[in-house]
Amino acid sequence: MATYSTNEFKGGLKFLMDGQPCSIVENTQVSPGKGQAFNRVRYRNLVTGRTLEKTFKSGEKVEAADVVETDLQYLYADGDFWHFMDAESFDQYQAEESAVADVKKWLIEQDICTVTLFNGQPIGVVPPKQITLEVADTDPGLKGDSAGTGGKPATLSTGAVVQVPLFVQIGEKVIVNTEKGEYISRAK
Amino acid sequence: MNPISKHSVLKKRSQFLKQVRAFFYVRDLIEVDTPMLSQGAVPDVHLRSLQTKVLVPGKSDLQTYYLHTSPEYPMKRLLCEGCGDIFYLGKVFRDGDLSPRHQVEFAMLEWYRLGFTMFDLMEEVVDLIQKVLHPQGHFEQGGASKLNVEQLSYQQAFNKYAGIEDIFGASAEVCRDCLVQNNIPEIVGVDADDKVLWEQLVLTEVIEPQLGVVDGQPAISLIYHFPASQASLAQIPADNPLVAERFEVFVNGMELANGYHELADSELYRQRFEASLAEREDFGFDSVPLDENLLKTLADKPLPDCSGVALGVDRLFALQQGFSTIDEGIGFGLLES
Repeated sequence: MATYSTNEFKGGLKFLMDGQPCSIVENTQVSPGKGQAFNRVRYRNLVTGRTLEKTFKSGEKVEAADVVETDLQYLYADGDFWHFMDAESFDQYQAEESAVADVKKWLIEQDICTVTLFNGQPIGVVPPKQITLEVADTDPGLKGDSAGTGGKPATLSTGAVVQVPLFVQIGEKVIVNTEKGEYISRAK
Repeated sequence: MNPISKHSVLKKRSQFLKQVRAFFYVRDLIEVDTPMLSQGAVPDVHLRSLQTKVLVPGKSDLQTYYLHTSPEYPMKRLLCEGCGDIFYLGKVFRDGDLSPRHQVEFAMLEWYRLGFTMFDLMEEVVDLIQKVLHPQGHFEQGGASKLNVEQLSYQQAFNKYAGIEDIFGASAEVCRDCLVQNNIPEIVGVDADDKVLWEQLVLTEVIEPQLGVVDGQPAISLIYHFPASQASLAQIPADNPLVAERFEVFVNGMELANGYHELADSELYRQRFEASLAEREDFGFDSVPLDENLLKTLADKPLPDCSGVALGVDRLFALQQGFSTIDEGIGFGLLES
């Protein structure tokens, strides 16, 4: 099993902690000169998304994690799993709900997503930054109030709910930012 | 850094260096630029000297020389030879140290004062820091803007900032509990009963961040009488063999300077060097040749009674300018060089 020593620590390094894949966010060396050096490490658990801290004595080793990020095409969901495919090799991957929990409302069939694979299993999915979805339901609102100040909630075809301006109507297509979950504009 | 801001930072640095030198010229210290290359290296187990190969006429093989980690050894030879009060302001090298507070190549200020006790020198370090961190004008308005100064023994610091009454008698467990109570993130790789390391961690993780800060404002904290086991080349007073006459200075939670009432006995130098070499072997680190020229000089012409201190110049400049990392105040850091 490959290992990393503290002197190889740097931002982005993927390692195993208690069997879970983690990524170093920040590594700071503490060398008091009069004593042993340590590394203060902030890292993110790639499964839970939680950021944690640990301090490693210099020379300690951690196990390398087999983590890769790759672009995969989203195919469909069957109720239990979300299916993705490598558009070049046609290799298919199935993601459990935990891997897509935060983003499933932004998944559109055929879209290319960035998928994090741990030991070949999807553990995280990042959809395209901007996607276009149809408005499935929204309050028809007041015609003519195009200056619309407050906006109104709209349910999109994937089930996502975003705030949209009052003039947006059912059946229209809108562009949304998936990172912030915000409406950008109407699609032409 | 864009070229304009780099120019303005380096101009301020130039004024800062002039200000530091002026402090010593006024006090009649001689500036010495001792050699950076030496046939001997510092044996301290946690310092790594860079080495280089030198073509020496008359020798068929390239000779290994070490870049100094501080100018201490040649400066002490000068003191033995009667040079009087001296200071060094220039670059030193410590391999492997790179962080917001460290560069492998960095500027060090080191000075020695004949006849000064440890406490005399602590006072002079405070004078320098006050002078550099405060424009002259502020003193004239009643001195209210001077940094607050605090002096604590190592033992008092553990009591005040970590709630450990007697650190010399405390167990590894007491130190571990202290880290937990202070919500310090988990430590990996330290044996449960390794008192030395747990004590070090209480100092670096719990105490140091609180030093040199009063009500969120920068202040000066001086910690003195470190444990005798960390004496390095400081004297151990006859009336208290538990401690060494060693001090450190902190501003804004950051170590700025480290000073000693200097050890004089040449035999003790050799003993402490040999102990460091033995420790290096225990850690599995490479051995290094000792500075035999220093040892010979100390034996031939005793070191006069003196105290000396080394201060991190890049850190002091960063404090003066309000930089959060030292590389903001230097031309090019290691990774840009």
